[in-house]
Amino acid sequence: MDPIILSRLQFAFATIVHFFFVPLTIGLGFFIAIMETRYVRTGNEKFKQQAQFWGRIFLINFVLGVVTGIALEFQFGTNWALYSKYVGDIFGSLLAIEATLAFFLESTFIGIWAFGWNRVPKKIHLMAIWFVAFASTISALWILLANGFMQHPVGYTIQDSVARLASFTEVLTNPYGWAMYLHTVSGAFLLTGFLVMGVSAWHLFCGRNVEFFSASFRLGSSFAVIFSILIIIIGHSLGQVTAKYQESKFAAMESVWETQTEAPMHLIKIPHFTREEGNLVEAMPIPKFLSFLAGNDFQHKVTGMKDVPPENRPLVWPIFYSFRLMVGLGCIFLVVAVATFFVRGMIASFGWGLWVYILLIPLPYLALQLGWIVTELGRQPWVVFGLMRTADAGSPPVDWYQILLTLLAMIGIYGVISLTGFILMIRSALSNPQKPVEHYV
Amino acid sequence: MDWQSILPAVWFVVWGVLWGIYFVLDGYDLGIAMWVPLLGASSEKERATMHQVTGPFWDGNEVWLITAGGVTFAAFPLAYAVLFSSLYSPLMILLYCLILRGVCSELRFQWDNITYRMVCDGLIALSSLVAAVLLGVAFSNLFRGLPLEFDAGQNFFMFQGNILNLLHPYCLLGGVLFVLMFLVHGALYLCWRVEGDLKNKAFYMATMTWPVFMLVFLVYVALTFTFAGLYVNYLSVPPLLALPLLCAVLFILSGFELYKKKNVARSLLFSCGGILTLTLTGVIGMYPNVIPSRLSEAGNLTIGTAASSTLTLTIMLVVALICVPLVIYYQIWAHKKMAVTIKADY
Repeated sequence: MDPIILSRLQFAFATIVHFFFVPLTIGLGFFIAIMETRYVRTGNEKFKQQAQFWGRIFLINFVLGVVTGIALEFQFGTNWALYSKYVGDIFGSLLAIEATLAFFLESTFIGIWAFGWNRVPKKIHLMAIWFVAFASTISALWILLANGFMQHPVGYTIQDSVARLASFTEVLTNPYGWAMYLHTVSGAFLLTGFLVMGVSAWHLFCGRNVEFFSASFRLGSSFAVIFSILIIIIGHSLGQVTAKYQESKFAAMESVWETQTEAPMHLIKIPHFTREEGNLVEAMPIPKFLSFLAGNDFQHKVTGMKDVPPENRPLVWPIFYSFRLMVGLGCIFLVVAVATFFVRGMIASFGWGLWVYILLIPLPYLALQLGWIVTELGRQPWVVFGLMRTADAGSPPVDWYQILLTLLAMIGIYGVISLTGFILMIRSALSNPQKPVEHYV
Repeated sequence: MDWQSILPAVWFVVWGVLWGIYFVLDGYDLGIAMWVPLLGASSEKERATMHQVTGPFWDGNEVWLITAGGVTFAAFPLAYAVLFSSLYSPLMILLYCLILRGVCSELRFQWDNITYRMVCDGLIALSSLVAAVLLGVAFSNLFRGLPLEFDAGQNFFMFQGNILNLLHPYCLLGGVLFVLMFLVHGALYLCWRVEGDLKNKAFYMATMTWPVFMLVFLVYVALTFTFAGLYVNYLSVPPLLALPLLCAVLFILSGFELYKKKNVARSLLFSCGGILTLTLTGVIGMYPNVIPSRLSEAGNLTIGTAASSTLTLTIMLVVALICVPLVIYYQIWAHKKMAVTIKADY
């Protein structure tokens, strides 16, 4: 078996599982911080209960995100040694800075927050959760700037056939990295909003702790409405950055084969499920709209896949469908979030309508994963876009059966810990917030 | 010497210090985790107390490992690539141990069920034991040199032979040494942080383990200076020998405080110093190689060959000079706030 394929599977699996926990860590941290701020300001115990109820879910989710994250740092070296050798000067330093700036802050203060309810003064406890929340966004920034370098390498020179840092400023101001950062973090807040609304809806449907969960729902719906709007605006600029710097990815996202100005966007399009050129079906065009999406200009030239050399093309259909589905989900989130925002005050009386929110919980997770599938499959066949091919990035000394064994072990271990974490999170989510929380006794 | 050639050496020392701090800090987490099934066999309260002692800190401690790994990647990318791919299987096992340790430490508290908690505690103890062994074996292999040859065709330093080559008796002894070192360290830390019956048990265990550790330590150091090539640097610059001597003195002082003075806090402090100087002894002995080869001179991966660009190293040095003292400051602050003596309320 091909070690590269196995390493790709292993990395994809590790990253996908990791990213099930990341967005909630980012969003829920801020949610809890806001609730606890209200508690410290007003002294009202019900806000403390809010922080503690959502805090239990947060802690389970947090630890799973942390441990699955370690796997990624290991894997660059274990499975992608030639890649590491090639980009370490730039990519490695961004990871090291991420650890120093964000990981220490996050991990030190989460300890204070989890164990400190009775050990430190209120204000220090509050500071701890704000530090944790901000650290998670700092962490996201550095890792996405690192990923940005893989998508759109800037600020480097090639020296002794490896990439060397030429301009740190260029690496830090990489437009691709920043667009991905804002898009991802918006997604995290959106997901959190929908999760909080969904869990609250369950309790409201059961008619338990109505006041408590109406309050959770209101803040959740604010998250959802703000970020379901922002994510579309930012998504639009990410699309433009992609059209500018990764023509092959943009062509795959829309399955565009002919280069054209005034490019239409087809509402219905079915690409081949092979590497064959062209589409099976193209229907219902919106004239010039794709040109507008690509460059805010109806005359903008959109490069078709036929103008990308065959050896540089990604596989179109998974990227195309992932992108379509993600955008469709984004539109659903927008409609639901905006509509909900206007009726959020009387949500408790929605009855069976509350099931909309319960059933919506998994969809933001799906949308965020689809977004990453577009980003990373769309980057192929490159590991560093235009510079290094994925096929040339593996670890020469590692045999395929070693990777296969560790992949199987990883599937087993991740399966067990994710399932345990998932059950415990559901248990916490369905528990009664009025019960005194037996935190770490 | 100009800036360009000093920088990699500076980063090599920083790299060693990061590993040293990691062993000092996570050493007590791993040690206590291993003690849990032995000391808390009969009481969930005692097991919970032991996990509460490390609970607020293990994550922050583990980040020193992540940072040490990140710095390897950033400062010596080639060394990171060669080391992690050469030691593929052991490192993946280490990774899975760290994952299990972390998840179980956090999730054991989330469900009040005795069987569930005992399974978690068992997994934490086992994964901590394996992690300690692997770290010991891996570093002993670094000290001894890996079977590396430069392969011009691949343009890469290739690992020769198989995984069994890593299990030389000296390296296995390194695994034993790390386990014993963390057991003593963990018992001391636990003893310092708790009261009552558990404190007495931890104290007893520390006094019982220390002599065994000391014996293995002395044998290991003697073997290090014969099997591994580390002695070359020390013989060429004899004043450096102060470092291994200091290490031995610190460990002996740790025992002295424990037996004669019954002063656990100071014993723990000397133990920290011992672990730090032990790591540095190894690292200084390896200089100028990040990964020495035991096959040939050409297989040695030196800091000069592996180092990142001067620009990267300079930027990272600035970040490190600002952030690392800050991190140490707030970690000590957090420790002071959170490391209250845990009263056994039973």
